[in-house]
Amino acid sequence: MSAQIHWQGRVLPARPEQSVGAALLAHGVRSTRRTRREGRPRGLFCGIGACFDCLVKVDGGPDVRACLVPVRDGMRVEPGGPAPEEPMGV
Amino acid sequence: MSDDPGSDALSSSERRPEPVEAGDPQAHPGVPTPRRWPVAVVGAGPAGLAAAVTAADRGVEVVLLDAGRAPGGQYWRQRGDVTHPPTAGAGGEPHAEHGSRRLRALWSRLAEHRAAGRVTLLSGTSVWQITRSPDGFVLWLTPSPGRPADGPARVAAERVVLCQGGADRQLPFPGWDLPGVMAAGGVQALLKASGTAAGRRAVVAGTGPFLLPVAVGLAEAGVEVLAVCEAGRPTDWARSLPAVLGVPSKAVEGAGLVAGMVRHRIPYRTRTVVRRALGEDALTAVELSPLDADGRPRDLVRRVEDVDLLAVGWGFTPSVELALQLGAASRVDVDGSLVVAVDEQQRTDVPGVWVAGEGTGVGGAVLSDLEGRLAGAAAAADAGASGGLPRRGGITRHRRFAAAMHRRHPVPAHWDEWLTEDTVVCRCEEVTAGRVLEAHRSLVVQDARSVKQVTRIGMGWCQGRVCGFAASCLTAALEGRRADEADLRGIGSRPLAAPVTLAELARLED
Repeated sequence: MSAQIHWQGRVLPARPEQSVGAALLAHGVRSTRRTRREGRPRGLFCGIGACFDCLVKVDGGPDVRACLVPVRDGMRVEPGGPAPEEPMGV
Repeated sequence: MSDDPGSDALSSSERRPEPVEAGDPQAHPGVPTPRRWPVAVVGAGPAGLAAAVTAADRGVEVVLLDAGRAPGGQYWRQRGDVTHPPTAGAGGEPHAEHGSRRLRALWSRLAEHRAAGRVTLLSGTSVWQITRSPDGFVLWLTPSPGRPADGPARVAAERVVLCQGGADRQLPFPGWDLPGVMAAGGVQALLKASGTAAGRRAVVAGTGPFLLPVAVGLAEAGVEVLAVCEAGRPTDWARSLPAVLGVPSKAVEGAGLVAGMVRHRIPYRTRTVVRRALGEDALTAVELSPLDADGRPRDLVRRVEDVDLLAVGWGFTPSVELALQLGAASRVDVDGSLVVAVDEQQRTDVPGVWVAGEGTGVGGAVLSDLEGRLAGAAAAADAGASGGLPRRGGITRHRRFAAAMHRRHPVPAHWDEWLTEDTVVCRCEEVTAGRVLEAHRSLVVQDARSVKQVTRIGMGWCQGRVCGFAASCLTAALEGRRADEADLRGIGSRPLAAPVTLAELARLED
């Protein structure tokens, strides 16, 4: 049984046994957010819920770890984590 | 499938333990009032499954709490959900002797015990805190991400067996925060649980025998594995022969993996490290360096281009936060990890608390299974069940093997020499190695805890799970010494063992 997830306007086929992070990675989405201070790209790192690098928002909800959340058909996934800080003195 | 995010979970009636005793008179309305269990087991990997099944075999009622979608832990990672039994070949490392047969045996006994009401399994449930109560312990629960919040907020137990497992140990290096650099265990988890290969062209690096199943697993999934970079010198195994001979299955397992490496023509470079990951917005190349006899990266650099996955791991860090929350005594193991001190029955120095598996020292699935059986039997005996304890012979042999393995695969003595000023050490708070040095220089802080407070290293979301070991080593090295138990305990103690909501915190007031 297949499913679809939405990532920033793209519709990506996925499988329900995949985590959201795995489904995104399978479509070449390696970075799922930017860091707060340096604006550096981050994606899956520990893969087992320890590191919090892969934070995403699902259906407008709070930050969740993409590596832990199972795919559900129709879910809308957006970058997570706190918004990057504005650079100072610009 | 339905829109319910928990449609693959156990039904809610199965998830909620029946309130059969008076329970907590202070219970908040709406918070289920749990009974008090004779034994709670935390974690359903090899150790926890063995502990729960063994205690239940002896007639003791057990609540088994597990963060995963299905029992098995990281080692026996299952696809899909708990209502489907594991299929042949679904469990275990690709070449592990200790694979699916043992898992299926535990699985069917677990199913029998659940049907008989002896084991209550709460999957998708994380324990974020454990506290003492006058008659035992209270385990505070939160649903794992994506799981429905229909389980109890806490359970009470007279005894606990903690089997929390561990996670890949990491050392920072330049570029390790680039997407495409992943923990070796995470790469394995993606393969096993999601059937997803994390890249096309991969380098596997770090130290320890676990790098081999990761490399072979990737190759079997069609990934081009360009090299396995092993910092240690595993050809020295001959020196450890007495320990290896005590555990013949390990030698068989190793031979199978080596055959897989040969079959897929994966180059195996020993005494070699990845000293830099390169790329703009994601990994594109890595730089390899050989180590000298003292464990220093040499200036020779070999660049490997067109790499989109670097799987890296330096052994494992046991998860011991719940035992530390209870104040259990700890020690530093052969591999430099902080572990819980246990006696010959897996008992900690806190009455009513047993620990089994990686939490007592990283040693792999077979050892975890043996320790789990012993801990489960000991907890059951403490609860008044009859039956003797399993012998410790297997545990002693596997522990000796693990110690020999750790000595063959040490963290390089001078790994910090590959750091640059702007290398991120703490990924969450974006603290660089330069900032750590500066804090030490300007603020005259001495210990890991002070550096943590000044720089916020290890104080982000992950609470030091990723950088804690490295940060402790770095700050100790600033004083010209090695990280000791106090350093590791300082950064390894976590008030929250899992993220919780403010509403869950508020329930503490009840």
